[in-house]
Amino acid sequence: MNKVSDDISKDLKDQPKFTTDIGEKDQDHHSFDLGEQTTLKKIQHFLHGNPTIVPVIILILSVIAFGFIAGGKFFSAFNLSLIVQQVTIVGILAAAQTLIILTAGIDLSVAAMMVLASVFMGKLSVEMGVPTLPAIAVGFISGIATGAFNGLLVTRLRLPPFIVTLGTWNIFFALVIFFTGSQSIRSSDIELNAPLLHFWGERINLGGFVFTYGAFLMIGIFVFLWFLLNKTAWGRHVYAIGDDKEAAELSGIRTDRMLVSIYAVAGLVVAIGAWVSIGRVGSVSPTSFYEGNLDSITAVVIGGTSLFGGRGTIIGSLFGALIVGVFSSGLSIAGLDVLWQRFALGCLIIVAVGIDQWIRKVSA
Amino acid sequence: MRPVLVANKLSKKYGKVVALDSADLELYPGEVLGVIGDNGAGKSTLIKVLCGAVIPDSGEILLDGNKVTFTSPIEARKLGIETVYQNLALSPALSITDNMFLGREIRQKGFMGSFLKFLDKKAMADEARKRLSDLGLLTIQNINQLVETLSGGQRQGVAVARATSFGTKVVIMDEPTAALGVKESRRVLELIGEVRSRGIPIILISHNMPHVFEVADRIHIHRLGTRLCVIDPKKHEMSDAVAYMTGAKQPPQD
Repeated sequence: MNKVSDDISKDLKDQPKFTTDIGEKDQDHHSFDLGEQTTLKKIQHFLHGNPTIVPVIILILSVIAFGFIAGGKFFSAFNLSLIVQQVTIVGILAAAQTLIILTAGIDLSVAAMMVLASVFMGKLSVEMGVPTLPAIAVGFISGIATGAFNGLLVTRLRLPPFIVTLGTWNIFFALVIFFTGSQSIRSSDIELNAPLLHFWGERINLGGFVFTYGAFLMIGIFVFLWFLLNKTAWGRHVYAIGDDKEAAELSGIRTDRMLVSIYAVAGLVVAIGAWVSIGRVGSVSPTSFYEGNLDSITAVVIGGTSLFGGRGTIIGSLFGALIVGVFSSGLSIAGLDVLWQRFALGCLIIVAVGIDQWIRKVSA
Repeated sequence: MRPVLVANKLSKKYGKVVALDSADLELYPGEVLGVIGDNGAGKSTLIKVLCGAVIPDSGEILLDGNKVTFTSPIEARKLGIETVYQNLALSPALSITDNMFLGREIRQKGFMGSFLKFLDKKAMADEARKRLSDLGLLTIQNINQLVETLSGGQRQGVAVARATSFGTKVVIMDEPTAALGVKESRRVLELIGEVRSRGIPIILISHNMPHVFEVADRIHIHRLGTRLCVIDPKKHEMSDAVAYMTGAKQPPQD
């Protein structure tokens, strides 16, 4: 081997390996001897390689903090499991939202898509006498179709996802009103005609912790998407598209096709959320989850996924959703007004995005 | 010797602007062909046609003597024409391995791969390590390092390793040293030599005359949308090349 290429090899070897090594080094000798700036830099590098660590720390800190503020009531098995129950729907929406945001997109229509799918499920099975399973299948198809519709508009018309989904949010919401005539489908009618729709709302008691089946399904969705994103080519391509779409295209990825499939998969996840939501709420209400779009984005952002695409983890969004749940629960148990819950959440979003921006500035 | 790649009377117009005016090009096995030309001479259009990014209005491209047509860089790549773009077309947030196999991933064998479509990460990492070491870029301990943690020259190395890894017949390198410092440029030039020594011919587009004169076996000078001449860098001075390029001097007749 000649000298210069040896030099390259040496350089490549010398290059710090931020993904793993820095982390280990940090644990080895807590680097107190280093100047403050380098420590900060090291933290920055570490967070850059481990984006999920920020939401995990925030989650742990907030649980501890609310434990002090709100006392034992917050720490009760019932309350902790209630938090999980409460974040189930936003969690599932956030899982779908993560896929879109990883591609440097955003989906303002997820909650409207979900309500539309739940309307199909409820209408067909409760009011039109369709057997429950086919009705649920129609709801799934609705989710996939509305998701793919978003994807097609983004890729065919080359419109920004923000604008496309702002439009479809209103369109889907209008369809919901059209199909329901603004009428809710009552919980008792569902229980009578299609009890299967309530399946994911069933509760199971594990030593004081009360979980709905839906909470387990939510965890299952996150695990499944984690495998999809990290173990399959499809998943790698999601990241590649969000990171640099042009580079992905030149690498041989059919980015338009991929994007449509990503939006469609997100739609399917949302449709599963629709089924779970019927169990959680009991009824099918055309005006429910109006804030679900933004709540899902909040969870994803707090979970450390970058709005600029290509960076983030699906599990981070689960933590993001839990953080939101812990904040709402802790603040309300502490007796604070809802307005302060929103205030705190707003601060959290800004801090999360601020941290993300800072991490991204990491010098190579 | 039969050329690997031949461009025959390629023409391309953008409205009334003639970017390529029946331009020719030949690339022979195992050589580095430098392509130089003034700004607006049409060399970047020529390269885009060869790598599939631009479809010519007329003319033909022969690869190993067979007429080929492609409508996208992906199709050109499938035929064995790989391009290292100036921006490298790497995904910074993905690892070296991920980048090398982007769009050409290796799946696990059996049920896990064919049905669940799981990636064979170990096979890909091993292969990536082998490719890098073949090019003298070995001793990357962590092949799963993110590309954004690499320096400009190292990224170029990854892009070149990717371009030479998949049954490649021709590598087109677009301004590989433009964004690099002196030291890193050196290494990339060495890398070009390394690729050539492995028998893969290279088309090197560059504005940097000293670099072109250093590594190219022949230099194709492009002017006014067509090939003006091909010179031997050992027999011509850089100042001559610039003079031909700008029209200040008549090219040699051979």
